[in-house]
Amino acid sequence: MDIAVFLVQCLNAVQYGLLLFLVASGLTLIFGILGVINLAHGSFYMIGAYLAYALAPWAATHLGAGFFGALGIGLVLSIVFGYVLEWAFVSYLYQREHLQQVLMTYGLILVFEELRSIIVGDDVHGVAPPAWLSGSVALGGVMSYPVYRLFMSGVCIAIALALYAVLTRTRVGMAIRAGATNREMVQSLGVDIRLLYRIVFAAGVALAVLAGMIAAPVSSVYPGMGNQVLIVSFVVVVIGGIGSIRGALLASLLVGFVDTFGKVFIPQIASILVYLLMAVILLWRPEGLFRTG
Amino acid sequence: MIFNRAMLARAVLAAALCASAGGVAAQGKIKVGFMLPYTGTYAALGTAIENGFRLYVQEQGGKLGGRELEYFKVDDESEPSKAVDNINKLIKRDNVDVVVGTVHSGVVMAMAKVAKDTNTLLVVPNAGAEAVTGPMCAPNIFRSSFSNWQPGYAMGKVAGERGARKVATITWKYAAGDESVEGFKEGLKASGGEVVKDLTLPFPNVEFQALLTEIAATKPDAVYAFFAGGGAVKFVKDYAAAGLNKAIPLYGPGFLTDGTLEAQGAAAQGMLTTLHYADGLDVPKDKAFRADFNKAYKTTPDVYAVQGYDAAQMLGAGLAAVNGDVGRRGELVAAIEKARIDSPRGAFTLSKAHNPVQDIYLRKVVGTENRYEGVAVKALADPAKGCGM
Amino acid sequence: MHTRGGTRIWPLAAALIALAAFPQVGGSFYIDLALTTVILSIFALSLELLVGRTGLVSFGHAAFFGIAAYATALLSPPASAASLAWLMPAVLLITALAAAAIGALCLRTRGVYFIMVTLAFAQMTYFVFHDTKFAGGSDGRYLYVKPVLAIGGVTLLDLGRPRTLYYAALGCLIVVYALLALLGRSRFGHALAGIRANEQRMRAVGFSTYPYKLAAFTLAGGLAGIAGFLLAVKDGFVTPEMLAWHQSGAVLLMLILGGIGTLRGAVLGAFVFVLMKEFFQSEALFGAFARHWQLPLGLAIIACVALMPNGVVALPTQLRRIRAPIPHAG
Repeated sequence: MDIAVFLVQCLNAVQYGLLLFLVASGLTLIFGILGVINLAHGSFYMIGAYLAYALAPWAATHLGAGFFGALGIGLVLSIVFGYVLEWAFVSYLYQREHLQQVLMTYGLILVFEELRSIIVGDDVHGVAPPAWLSGSVALGGVMSYPVYRLFMSGVCIAIALALYAVLTRTRVGMAIRAGATNREMVQSLGVDIRLLYRIVFAAGVALAVLAGMIAAPVSSVYPGMGNQVLIVSFVVVVIGGIGSIRGALLASLLVGFVDTFGKVFIPQIASILVYLLMAVILLWRPEGLFRTG
Repeated sequence: MIFNRAMLARAVLAAALCASAGGVAAQGKIKVGFMLPYTGTYAALGTAIENGFRLYVQEQGGKLGGRELEYFKVDDESEPSKAVDNINKLIKRDNVDVVVGTVHSGVVMAMAKVAKDTNTLLVVPNAGAEAVTGPMCAPNIFRSSFSNWQPGYAMGKVAGERGARKVATITWKYAAGDESVEGFKEGLKASGGEVVKDLTLPFPNVEFQALLTEIAATKPDAVYAFFAGGGAVKFVKDYAAAGLNKAIPLYGPGFLTDGTLEAQGAAAQGMLTTLHYADGLDVPKDKAFRADFNKAYKTTPDVYAVQGYDAAQMLGAGLAAVNGDVGRRGELVAAIEKARIDSPRGAFTLSKAHNPVQDIYLRKVVGTENRYEGVAVKALADPAKGCGM
Repeated sequence: MHTRGGTRIWPLAAALIALAAFPQVGGSFYIDLALTTVILSIFALSLELLVGRTGLVSFGHAAFFGIAAYATALLSPPASAASLAWLMPAVLLITALAAAAIGALCLRTRGVYFIMVTLAFAQMTYFVFHDTKFAGGSDGRYLYVKPVLAIGGVTLLDLGRPRTLYYAALGCLIVVYALLALLGRSRFGHALAGIRANEQRMRAVGFSTYPYKLAAFTLAGGLAGIAGFLLAVKDGFVTPEMLAWHQSGAVLLMLILGGIGTLRGAVLGAFVFVLMKEFFQSEALFGAFARHWQLPLGLAIIACVALMPNGVVALPTQLRRIRAPIPHAG
């Protein structure tokens, strides 16, 4: 393949990897700090996409900006939703064994899917990106690359930087990082661990919902989209090391490249390669690339 | 123990007896079981098929073969893995006399096996899997639609005739996609071209970006794509968004643009496709059908509605010959085999393998219509490889 | 009447008689349902060996279920019936080998990582069948003619006949149940129980735990293969979804519903799971809302796991001793 095509495929890989990072970062925080295996994380992604579809028309008429309006409202809704869900349900999972967490959150997936089916229906929908992002950038000769995908990557990078800033420069971030390494110590130091957990969970949900919202124009909005992204995000979290944001970033880019170039060269084994990657890394470093605590 | 397996078994027994008592059919009605996708990417197709079927029955005064119909429905979700259980619900639990379904080729493969094993009458109103009129063909299995090979072959011939020598194909990796591309390859070869690249992605994935880049890198004379429903909408739009439609013509079987034009908008304008149905056909039955369908359902019918309508016609022809007595299966089957179906697509007959022998039209997208441009291949019969009938 | 281990025989016997008599009274749809439940019971029992006995939570057990089903379909000739005498042992051997290979790698990890790596291998196997052409891809594959057992031209068992298949499956269930019950009382079984209780202590005492865990993993895979074989024969059609993580999750759910740690819990869990699904999908009871059956099912799963963490088997004990801590049923 020539250099132009190679660069475009790299762009595709990075864009996919960064989107995965958005979902996986929330998952790794929830997994690492709260100690909860949350299978319903993929459902948040799905909820985000459906929110983008459902809110866009309302936001267009009442706020003047369809897509970004939906984005803003969706973000606020997701933080509230995450907060309430943690208080009402997730907090009961902390004392439970992993198997019970797996099964209870699996039940939650079913509940969310059916609620979505009842409220919005089961059709496949498209979401239009805002007009000024709908164009394409010409890249050498025949191909052009959609501007919206560049925007997606931009948003993900911005969020990654913001996460980094919060985790390393703020007190909350400090408490979170400490909580990831030693929960009991943080509690005995007087930090309100319940509030911390609630904030972390809400943040995780918001990240996944945001990912779903910005992915909606690209991947369409359809039932079952949550399941696909869920398993891959777990792969990313485990490869990167549970609880490590840095690990999640590296792992998601790794998975993005393996998946994209796999699809290009040998489509039949592209999906197999991703899991092979996880198996190989786990056998080499059984606790992921960057272990925490 | 207060709750043991013996109690459970007894409870199951009781439930079984209650359910079977509740399922006693009203005397005299023919039981029709719809197994169609009512959810998922093919949901619109499933609804169109059912609407078409019901329209024909309504036109016959609500009766076929002199008897009224009772409908049962199962949502197959386009999932081959649940297909056996779903069709068993219709056959064994609801005891239907005929199963009508489905859209997805993988699902119909399982359905054909069960129908063949249980000798249940099955009419397929869309799924073009070659197995149905190939290795799984049987006297009790009919198809009112097409085989995946037919429109593909026709498009291949047209593409070659229009000068395409190197073509790239892209589709979902399942029976319908594979067979459609195979048909295209044969037709293209027959008119002097060849396929240089085959791209696939798993059903119902719609992340086309990496593959569109591949297509651009290959620089073919044309692209042949098979997608349907929601996937077709996305692909045509993405293809245009990547700027490929300016230099590389996109061909496909009609499913790429049937029922999807409103969503596809400008991206689909001018596209050529092949199918056994088109808008603007000079067929009197079609004009009448469209008027009636519009009145009943307030939308324009598409090829899926026509296929559902014709499925009812075929069933009606069989039932008329036996005066509604589904027990006289041999005569019923013979009647359908000999029937000449007066379809909105133009009259057609059935091949020995029970697949329609029909004209494949060339269509062009103009506005929100797939306008009839001419006949691509006349009276095309599916080769029915592997059928023992 | 009790066995030496204290299990009461008569409920088991009564249930067995009910199951055996069922085909005489049930309609063909319900025989199918009972057959599916028997097959899932075998599947659940095989996982019970891993999760309940050895304490290894595998999220990829469906891989062996699916490998056996595909092996059955692929090895059967397209136009004639394969002989049960070589088909079934061949399928089980292939499945056991796959389990040994996958287990050898997975068992190098522990805890939540073990759960994840079993999931990874199951997904890999899933995509091998789903994405590649060799086994029919996402549409699945036919098993054209069901196997028979014939000796010298006389057909003893034709699995193409539903009643025969039902009793064959029931027979397999009895054999697997008895095998696991005997295993539990053997040295091997006690070693596994020790590993579940405290693996480090076992190693400190000089036990090399890895071979025992691998043996358990392989045996569990092979037993799941029996279930996969039976399902392939029953449906005549195999799809990659048999290896999907949903299937692995479903069988874990059956275990927890019934009660982890007992054999009858595994079987009971399979029955409860199937009954719950049929119940919520019943249009007779829920009318049009039945199409949203996954909602009450999800809520029921959450409720069951939350309120009955030790499963249905432990329900009477739980009801009797609400205050005192519940002993682990083992």
